[in-house]
Amino acid sequence: MHQELKELAAAWAARPVEERLGMTRREFMTFCATLATTLGLPTGAHAAVEKAMEAKRRPSVIWLHFQECTGCTESMLRAEHPTLEKLILDVISLDYHETLFAAAGHQIEAALKSAMTENKGQYVLVVEGAIPTRDNGIYCKVAGQTAIEMTRKVAADAAAVIAIGSCASWGGMPATDPNPTGAVGVHKIIDKPVVNIPGCPPNPYNFLATVVHFLTFGSLPPVDHLNRPLFAYSRLIHEHCERRAHFDAGRFAMEFGDEGHRKGYCLYKLGCKGPETYANCPTILFGDAGSGTWPVGCGHPCIGCTEEGVGFTKPIHTLARVKNLEPPTTYPGTKEPQGKGFTVGAGAVLAAVAGAAAGAGAMVARNLGKGTDGGASGGEGGKSGPAGN
Amino acid sequence: MSARGHAEHAPVGGGLFTPVTFFCVVLMILAAAVLAVRFVHGLGAVTHLSDGYPWGIWVVADVVIGSALACGGFAVAALVYIFNKGEYHPLIRPALLASLLGYTLAGVGVLFDLGRYWNFYHIFLPGYASPNSVMFEVAVCISLYIVVLWIEFSPAVLEKFGLADAKKKLMGMMYLFIGLGMVLPMMHQSSLGSLLIVFGHQIHPLWQTMLLPLIYLMTAVLIGYAIVLFESCVAAAGYRRSIEVHLLNPLAKVMLGVLAAYLVIRFGDLVVRGALGSAFAANLQAFFFWLETLCFAAPFYLLGSEAKRRKPANLFLGGLYLLLGGILLRLNSFLIGYMPGENWSYFPSTGELVVTLGVFALKILAYIVITRRFPVLPREARATAH
Repeated sequence: MHQELKELAAAWAARPVEERLGMTRREFMTFCATLATTLGLPTGAHAAVEKAMEAKRRPSVIWLHFQECTGCTESMLRAEHPTLEKLILDVISLDYHETLFAAAGHQIEAALKSAMTENKGQYVLVVEGAIPTRDNGIYCKVAGQTAIEMTRKVAADAAAVIAIGSCASWGGMPATDPNPTGAVGVHKIIDKPVVNIPGCPPNPYNFLATVVHFLTFGSLPPVDHLNRPLFAYSRLIHEHCERRAHFDAGRFAMEFGDEGHRKGYCLYKLGCKGPETYANCPTILFGDAGSGTWPVGCGHPCIGCTEEGVGFTKPIHTLARVKNLEPPTTYPGTKEPQGKGFTVGAGAVLAAVAGAAAGAGAMVARNLGKGTDGGASGGEGGKSGPAGN
Repeated sequence: MSARGHAEHAPVGGGLFTPVTFFCVVLMILAAAVLAVRFVHGLGAVTHLSDGYPWGIWVVADVVIGSALACGGFAVAALVYIFNKGEYHPLIRPALLASLLGYTLAGVGVLFDLGRYWNFYHIFLPGYASPNSVMFEVAVCISLYIVVLWIEFSPAVLEKFGLADAKKKLMGMMYLFIGLGMVLPMMHQSSLGSLLIVFGHQIHPLWQTMLLPLIYLMTAVLIGYAIVLFESCVAAAGYRRSIEVHLLNPLAKVMLGVLAAYLVIRFGDLVVRGALGSAFAANLQAFFFWLETLCFAAPFYLLGSEAKRRKPANLFLGGLYLLLGGILLRLNSFLIGYMPGENWSYFPSTGELVVTLGVFALKILAYIVITRRFPVLPREARATAH
């Protein structure tokens, strides 16, 4: 049975890559270039990406689920450029995935074992979900093994380990105080280097780009001190935020639904964690749901889901620590007067002129009233009249 | 000009050093001091101009209002030469003199307001000029008109120095300049209104209309007649002369006719555009709109009947109110009804006011000196023989 499946898969894999992915050639090229750009690769690198994607060497992927909500998998499934299920099944050979597999029980355990032995030292391990450590990890078991045992066993012969989502990266939501299960990230359990792709869920392209990097270059992308790929997590959300100009100008939404909120002002005072969260959400957005769709774009403050110690730790409404620039305690008003207005001196000059003009005008009118010859007691005094105009 | 030309005008004579001329000189010196600072340290050192209000009182008072007040020459010339009302001829030279001074100083006044004034001549160079611009039209028209005014006024100068031959030659071509002197002010006075159309929604709806060129042109003519009334009265009072009621009375009647047509057009436009409602808002703009309207309406009360028009005081006040109306229309549409955006404010600085005063003082001083020494005003006493 398993052998038949493999033959079917091999026949499928023999077809041109764009056909397998259900794309035109052009769409495929665009997709490769997009991934290369997401990775921040130099010009021309998309050719290498294409080559790697076209190759029939589909790396075997084993995907483990522990303490999580399967949101990461859901997020991947709803990606559309191309649909991730096509990529997951065609670009890689997904040999074990508890959510996506139709098989169950001993059948699926057999698939896991055979994938591990056949691709020893070459498969990629993806872990989704936190790993409970308290009481010897009894709070999460699959097929009688604890998450710790299972992770250690599969990771031992893996070529690379990727932790997807905040839970697998550092414990995420299950590790929130008081953390009853003692949930931790994958890197705490094993000795191998782990690439963390935090986010709740992370953008599927950040994961995909990491996999494709491995496919193309045979290694995982460079990472920061928290093992997050630099191409996606080297910049604060605050740096590229579409509302940044409002922050700099001191225009803030003070509560949900107020005038500033409706006008799209900065959400910092509503507790936005953009200033202390590293992620590329402002540039590639959240999920694959179309333009403008990421939390801050929709009017909700960032909760800092990619940042250990921020997401699921700090209350959503508390002020973020601004990492690149501490704001002043008070802000200038948004309606500063501009230009120069009335001065006492100018008013005095104007009043004097108006008075003189009115007096001179009255004098002229009176003199003229006395008849055509005019008493003319005002003399030339009347001549100052036009000055008032 | 008609053959009777020389007999009609004579210098007033008298001394040039009077308290009034002295006062004018003092104002001019103050203005010169402020201008020295302006030309050395720039506009920001003296004025309250800003990015929101790049045009302040120097443009509005010295140029827009100044040139409108100088429309007497054009308005009277229209009466004399186009409608062939020869009886108004004695009024033409004083009106021309006022126009000459008004326009010349308006042209000079623009220089004060130009940030990079040393480039002022660029607008006349074909390589720099932008013929599609309203501003270009105004600048070229006013410059040409200043030259034309000097030529139109030159017979008085030639008479003074006894250059009869030169004057005779000039008079042969004068119809050309009179024609130009009619066309040019009509062009640029209406264009001053078109300038505001370009401002778009920045101008309050009470003043922003496609009829602005017509409104500006009609009020320029009205101000022209009003300034003749005003000047004749002030000159009569100042020089202790008799007043030309026999000329000013029918002139005031013509003026009222134009004024009535103007008010019909002005309010008709407001009603058609549906903007009249904003005149009843409780704000500065509405207040100044009614002040302006009141000034335009006052002449009907002051000069409405033949008997009232015979009273020199009424002629003077009627002219004065009409002048104020025209001035307010320009002030309202260029500054008070100008809305560059929230929070911008402008009120002229002391320095700006001093310069504007100095410019008007210079006009008055020049008027006094020229009328005392050159044949400009109608010859006294005998002139009533008409």
